[in-house]
Order: sequence, then C-alpha cells, then structure tokens
Amino acid sequence: MPLLEVEDLRVSFPTPDGVVHAVRGVGFVLDRGRTLGVVGESGSGKSVATQTIVGLTQGARVSGHARFEGVDLLTMTPEQLRAIRGVKIGMVFQDPLSSLHPYYRVGWQIVEMLRAHTDMKKDAAHRRAVELLGMVGIPQPKRRAEEYPHQFSGGMRQRVMIAMALALNPALLIADEPTTALDVTVQAQIIELMKKVQAEFGTAIIMITHDLGVIADMADDVMIMYAGRVMEQVDRRNAYYRPHHPYTVGLLESLPEASREDERLLSIPGQPPSLIDPPSGCAFHPRCRFVMPRCRVDEPPLQRVGGDSVHHSACWLPGDLLGVSAETDADRARAALEAGGGTPESAEMSRPAEPTGTVRTGQTLDMGAAEEDNP
Amino acid sequence: MTVAAGTGRTTETGEPLLRAENVVKHFPLGSSSLFRRSRAVVHAVDDVTFDIRRGETLGLVGETGCGKSTLARCVARLFDLTSGRLVFDGHDISTLSRHQLRPYRRRIQMIFQDPYGSLNPRRRVGSIIGDPFAIHGIEEGGERKSKVQNLMELVGLNPEHYNRFPSEFSGGQRQRIGVARALALQPDLIVADEPVSALDVSIQAQVINLLAAVQSEFGLAYLFIAHDLSIVRHVSDRVAVMYLGKIVEIAGRHDLYTRPRHPYTKALQSAVPVPDPDLADKRRRIVLTGDVPSPIVPPRGCRFHPRCPKAQQRCSVEEPRLEPLAGDPPDHGVACHFPLADGEELPAGAVPPAGAFAPSAPSAPSDTLPAAP
Repeated sequence: MPLLEVEDLRVSFPTPDGVVHAVRGVGFVLDRGRTLGVVGESGSGKSVATQTIVGLTQGARVSGHARFEGVDLLTMTPEQLRAIRGVKIGMVFQDPLSSLHPYYRVGWQIVEMLRAHTDMKKDAAHRRAVELLGMVGIPQPKRRAEEYPHQFSGGMRQRVMIAMALALNPALLIADEPTTALDVTVQAQIIELMKKVQAEFGTAIIMITHDLGVIADMADDVMIMYAGRVMEQVDRRNAYYRPHHPYTVGLLESLPEASREDERLLSIPGQPPSLIDPPSGCAFHPRCRFVMPRCRVDEPPLQRVGGDSVHHSACWLPGDLLGVSAETDADRARAALEAGGGTPESAEMSRPAEPTGTVRTGQTLDMGAAEEDNP
Repeated sequence: MTVAAGTGRTTETGEPLLRAENVVKHFPLGSSSLFRRSRAVVHAVDDVTFDIRRGETLGLVGETGCGKSTLARCVARLFDLTSGRLVFDGHDISTLSRHQLRPYRRRIQMIFQDPYGSLNPRRRVGSIIGDPFAIHGIEEGGERKSKVQNLMELVGLNPEHYNRFPSEFSGGQRQRIGVARALALQPDLIVADEPVSALDVSIQAQVINLLAAVQSEFGLAYLFIAHDLSIVRHVSDRVAVMYLGKIVEIAGRHDLYTRPRHPYTKALQSAVPVPDPDLADKRRRIVLTGDVPSPIVPPRGCRFHPRCPKAQQRCSVEEPRLEPLAGDPPDHGVACHFPLADGEELPAGAVPPAGAFAPSAPSAPSDTLPAAP
C-alpha cells in the first residue's frame, strides 16, 4: 500500500469576484522513503493541494480522496487530523519566522509540541528538544534552546522548523518552498539535511518548489502543475531529459542555463491564467506554441507517454515526442501544423520574439474547426 | 575600520562611466543614549572600489546582508556615503547636495525588486511612468502622454492601459512598468536591484530579455544585483562577488565562472542547484558551515576566514587586498591570501556537511551571532 494516494483532488474557494478553482483534479501516489517534487509557478495550486490534504485550507470546497496509510484524510474530523498533523505528517513552510512564535523560547516551543502529541514529561521533552536541535546541526543546542526566534538567522530558524517537523519521526514530510527565502549556501545546507534525514528514517518527502535546480537535486519523481492541473508526472531524469508537455519544455528552456551566454532567453509568452475563469480545453493553450484546434475545446487527460509506465502527460501531442532539443520542437510543430494548429514560425528552430505580454487568444475563435484525432 | 590603501586596479581604455572609490557606508545602530558612546555601527559597505564602463552590465552577487543593496543605493545616491568617492562621467557626485544632484539623477535610474511595493497603488500607470517627466518639468501635457505611451509600447505593455491601476497588472507586467519608468529620461546607468527575483521562472526570462533589448537599443549600462548566480552569469559582462561589505572577487563573467579564485566564489557557485539530474548527482557540493557573521562586528583580517576551508593564521590577522594574481587578466581581482589555482577543489574534509548528526558543528564564535537584519 502506498503511503499517500491522492485521487481527483479538487479545491475551490468562493470569493467576492467568483469561485477560484485552485486545484482541479490532482492525483498522485507517494511511497515510503520517496521524494515527490511538485513544481509550478505562483497560482498553479501546488501549495493549496498539499495544504488541503492536511486540512489547512479553511473555507475551501474540497472533493476527492487523499488516503494516508489507507485512511482518507479528507473525511476526517479536525480532531482526527490534529492527531496526524505533526505526528505522522510533518510540515515545513517557506517563512520560518512566521511559523515560530516570537514570544516564546525556541526550546519551549518544541517542548510544547512534543507534549501536545505525546505523554512526555517536561524535562524528558526538554532533553529531546535539545537533542533535536543538535540533530539538525544547530551549534550549542542547549544554549540555543533558551533563545528566542529573533536571535536565530533564517537558516537556523528553518533548521528549527525541520527539527519540529521531524520530532515525532513522521512518515511524511511536506516541505513547501522550504529554501526559497534562504541564501544558496544555506539552501545547500538545508537540502543536505533533508536528504540525510530521509536516508536515516525513511521519511517520504513532498517537496514543493518553483526551483527546478532543487528538484533535480533531491526528487525521485516530479509533478508539474499549471493552473490547478497536473501537466506532467514523470521520474526525475525524464523530467529534464525527455519531457513531453510543452509547459515543462518551456520551463526548462526559460532557465538561463539553457541558453548560451549572449543569447536571448527563451521564455513562455503571456501570463498565467485566471483561476476564476480558466481557459477552455487545455489550460496552457493560450501560451502554447504548439496549440491545435482540439486543445481549445478538449481538456487533455493525463495519459501515458513515451512507453514508460511512470511517465504521464496531459497534452494532445503524440506521446513519442519527448525531449528539449530543437529537433523535437520541430517535430512538435509539424505535428501541430498537421492537426491544423501551431504557428508557422514555431516550425523553425528559433522562436518568435515576444516582448509583449499579450495573450494570444484572438486567434482562437475557430472552435468549430475539425477535431482531429491524435495520431 | 581602517581604509586599506590599494584596492582593485583596472587597466582599460577610456574613462569609466562610473567609478566608485573606497566607498564606505556605515549605519549607526540605535539612537538610544545608552549605546551612543559605544558607537556600534553596521559595516554595510566597507571600502569598495569598482568601475562601471559605458554600455556594460556589471553583475553584483552576494548573500543576504552582504551589502549589495546598500551599495546599489549608494551608487544611485539614495544614500549618502560615509566616506569614499563616486565619480560619474568625470564628475565627483559623492558630496553633491540634493539640488546639485538633479542633473545626475536623470542619468542614473533605479529598478527595484518588489513590483508590488515600488508602484503607488492609488496612481494610474500612465502618471507613474510619467513621473520622471513631471519631476524634471519636461514634456508637458499631450506630449507627455504620447511619450509615456511610446515607453509602454517599448516595454511590451498595451498603451491603451494608460489609465489603469497597478493592481490590474501581473507581477511581470508591473516590473515592465518599473522598467518603463526607469527608461523615461534615457539614463546612462540603471541600477537594477534584484529586478527578477520576485517573478516566476517563465516571466523572469521575459523581463531579462526586455532589459537586454533595451540595453542594446539605448547603449545604457546596468549595475545588476541578484542572488541568483545563473541569471547574473547570463546578463553580465563582468561580475563582482560581495561578502560582508567587501568585494572579494571581480572578473569578466567567463573568467569568474570558469576560474574562480576566491574560496567564497567557489563555494557560492557550488551551492547553486543545477537543473540537471546527472550533473547534480556527480558534482561535489561545498557546504559552508555556519551563517554569515554579523556586520556589526565583522571578523578581523579576511572577513570570510571563519567559514573558509583554506583559512590559515594569516587570514585572521591581515586583510587581503583586492588585486589581480600574476597570470590572470588585469581586470580579474581577488581578495585572498591563498587563492585557488586553476581547477583546484576546496578541501572537502575541512568543511563537514552542515547538519551532520553530531551534537554540534565546529564553528567560530562569530557564527553564533544572529545575522543582521
């Protein structure tokens, strides 16, 4: 039995402007000891999806299933969830300062957490707190336990958060952009720490980030999200070397590492869509250079691509077009053209310049166009 | 702090657009009389010397609290210098009054990190971009509007959105507004303080391309500040690395990335996660222990020595000068007593991985000081 099995998770928030469909049918499976990297830009629903699983999205309309050790978290009462959060599922968030109470000593906060979930005696809990601080590499843990959060640097605070998240040896650690607010040298320390903890305790990790470098470093599997949907689900190496979805390809291409020093960076034109009124068909179609008539009407399901049982992509392009090379792009453009879409320029190697932020939806009115089947 | 004599030397043809000489910026700590006598100061920027040439991009990298933003604001003369000189186009602007500075303000503009905080939410975009004209009393009325709309078009905004408010734009579009505003007076130098850090990856690339396009069109120079080394590498001609108020290394982009001399540069580069799984598995990461020490009481000697795997006795006593090594290009300066040779790796043993499951990591006393705000 997998540790966590999420199925068709949907989350929406009613707001004065309309209903925000933050997560629109997300599913994944996570085994013990594995790391799932969740990548996406702001508004992709990556944080909402994981926070909903642990019951931290108040006021949201939720449907679907999230079975943790076989029990559905989404149907649990708040009391039942409280008994799991912090015990079996540890959490680390982006901003370590707002996750710690500024008025209380760091050690005391760990002690409180331990005593809330176990029947530990005060001094035993205190000894354990000091031990945990030492474990995550905080020098002089005994002294530091008596200090307040403001006396800790950002990296040290994040270590404290990790110590707390791991205090009860959870089976799952959810890390939501844990290193985004930190400097690269400190980020490197935190990543090493998380890997070490995982190796030692067999903790499964959900690592949410927008940083493709961090994912390359520590994920086993990768889930790429866009506008509340999973665009591609793939193992780590294929995510970088043989991606299928044009959005994944676009993300990889827009990294400075992907271009030569004096070249223009490739970028994805346009802006992320509104989640109140998501685009019809594939949510990515207004920004996709391989858009076909079908993409504007039919939402592609997540289906197997590349003859690999792990690799899934939600795109109508032929399943054997994988990779980030110019040749593959040309093949994609050809396939799109054949299906009556794409742009003639995209058949060439270099992409058209797009200094404008305009969304290319003006040309999408031919909804009735022939719906060709995917070859 | 003593102001060390010799600093970075550059041999070049032609006069630089901007020359910063021994720039120092200290912030006094607290105004309470209790501490006044102790004269505690934050050594934000300490004796920094560099040039910016016409039309080039100088990248400035460093971690939180290293003083890179303070230096940027000194260059834009948003801060007064504690000491040192700023020579812009042959004129010393370091001691000019607000009034005297006005003609130079037109020529040095700034782009900020936060596309939300740097635009007044209650003002229309057209008037925000037109502000530089209003402040300098040029391009009145209809003329101004058409200038602003040209600028909007130039940076990829729809000129018809002239009357919209900032809240109607996304983060990337707001940053375009910031770029348009900075370009309005056709400056010679734009100081860009982390202009893309707050943006998503796909949008980052759009803004970087815009900045590059604008540069080649108007021939302006950038001081480009970022903590993301891969972006700095992409946009810069030369790169300066700062640590705790000092430039520890400065070199042409290619030189810096292929032949880093300072152990800190090397460690910083190795800490950047690479978006390539095979490379990530293969490479050795140098994990520095501890945190950046407090700039209130910076370490003696070389400021990096408490965290440096190559540090020796001399490093804790004598401050190294920023100067080129024999055999290196003259514009490759490094401030280190024991610089790295070509291809030299840092000794791994001296730098235990942080978070080792040992009771405590070896650390210098300064490591335990809280980082500066």
